[in-house]
Amino acid sequence: MKGEVLDDVALLMTTDDVVATAIDDLEAGREVDVGDRTLVLGEDVEFGHKFALVDLATGEDVVKYGEVIGRASEPIAAGDWVHVHNCESTRGRGDLEIAEGGESA
Amino acid sequence: MPPTFTGFRRDDGRVGVRNHVAVVPTSVAASGVASRVASEAGAWARATPHQMGTTQPAETREQTERVLVGVGRNPNVGAALVVELGTEDVDADAIADRIAGTGKPVETLSIRECGGTRAALRAGVETAADLEDAVGDARREEADASELVFGVECGGSDATSGIAANPAVGNACDRLVEDGGTACFSETPEFIGAEHILADRAADDEVRERLLAFVERRENLARMMGVDIRGAQPSPGNQEGGLTTIEEKSLGAIAKGGTTPVNGIVGYAHDLPVGGGLVLMDTPGYDVESVVGKVAGGAQVIAFTTGRGSTTGNPIAPVIKVTGNPKTWAKMSNNMDVNASTVIGGESLSAVGERTYEKLLSVADGEPTEAERRRLEEFAINEIQPNEIAELGTGVRP
Repeated sequence: MKGEVLDDVALLMTTDDVVATAIDDLEAGREVDVGDRTLVLGEDVEFGHKFALVDLATGEDVVKYGEVIGRASEPIAAGDWVHVHNCESTRGRGDLEIAEGGESA
Repeated sequence: MPPTFTGFRRDDGRVGVRNHVAVVPTSVAASGVASRVASEAGAWARATPHQMGTTQPAETREQTERVLVGVGRNPNVGAALVVELGTEDVDADAIADRIAGTGKPVETLSIRECGGTRAALRAGVETAADLEDAVGDARREEADASELVFGVECGGSDATSGIAANPAVGNACDRLVEDGGTACFSETPEFIGAEHILADRAADDEVRERLLAFVERRENLARMMGVDIRGAQPSPGNQEGGLTTIEEKSLGAIAKGGTTPVNGIVGYAHDLPVGGGLVLMDTPGYDVESVVGKVAGGAQVIAFTTGRGSTTGNPIAPVIKVTGNPKTWAKMSNNMDVNASTVIGGESLSAVGERTYEKLLSVADGEPTEAERRRLEEFAINEIQPNEIAELGTGVRP
């Protein structure tokens, strides 16, 4: 498989990534060994969903596959579930352009 | 030595992997009769019923005609019957003439001229049977893998699509390209956020510029309408499967095309070259319309990756279902052909890619897919919307 398996339960696609993908249904409080540190999940993370490996401030890039997949729409702590509630796309945003007076989003 | 398969060599040199008689309606008004003709004629007949009306704006009509002609010209079709009500802008004789350019037998049927549906049905079944008599005894002969045009599609994506199924199919694409064939993936909305990676792989400046222009046009449509593309991308189902943004979906989606240079990009339902390496097609994200675009472009076999599970097929090209989700494999194995979820358990991408490539060759050789066994044959033509017509006036033309 592409990427590196973390503790049998998650997948890190590249070393630049700030999120990992759960390959099992994981419960809040679960400890995941990431390299030489241990992360504690703040929330349940279902199979296929992502959790943060580092703290992210609002507006900071969310990186998976070594590429920007969006930005944090609110502060995200390491171990938090990362999904549509706290990570937003920066592309195809006709709604933002109207709000920003025609500027490219 | 490159692998071979056996197929039906047509007069124009292309090789079919199936030998259907296609029953092609020119509008929704003829679709019912076309479906009935095909189902009453026999298992060798395949209808392509669709939703397009009898009157269409010029740009839309041109695209509809290109799809109907392309479907008839697909090498999996041995002969074609074009059915019209008789009031359509799309003229059955003109479609038939363009299909006949391949040298295959083609007939037309007008429901009005026959005197209504009952007479048309009788005449249609009879004509289809005559066409089958003309081509039904064709025998398979050996062909080279380089003669395969392989279309790849994804639908019902989840996080496993980008991790397992798409990279596995991409590996099969790399193998086919190395053996001299053509692989094609599409769904331009799913290039958004990953287009810089594809542009870097473009074979030359022209391909790069066309690719970026196609992506910009799709994104502009969202801008023009003042909508947030997130309303549709990723879809609610994608989101449930763990995909958060269009960028994330796209980065996973482009993995299904493999890693070879992007040799070209063609418009919706335009001809795909034989022996062309990796070629993209500009299609919408709606998977049934997208598959039909590639089949109209000449793809003989489609691989369809799905994380959440999809049942869709196509009347003309066999559709191989590949899933990277172990739950979907377990729950929907009667709709799935290749289990790529083993990647998550540790099987190498190269090994799953090899299995996928072998499946492609054996399906080309005649092995039915699960969708074919169940006669799942969805068909739809992409309808160019009025706002797209406006955008086409200023944007890139295929």
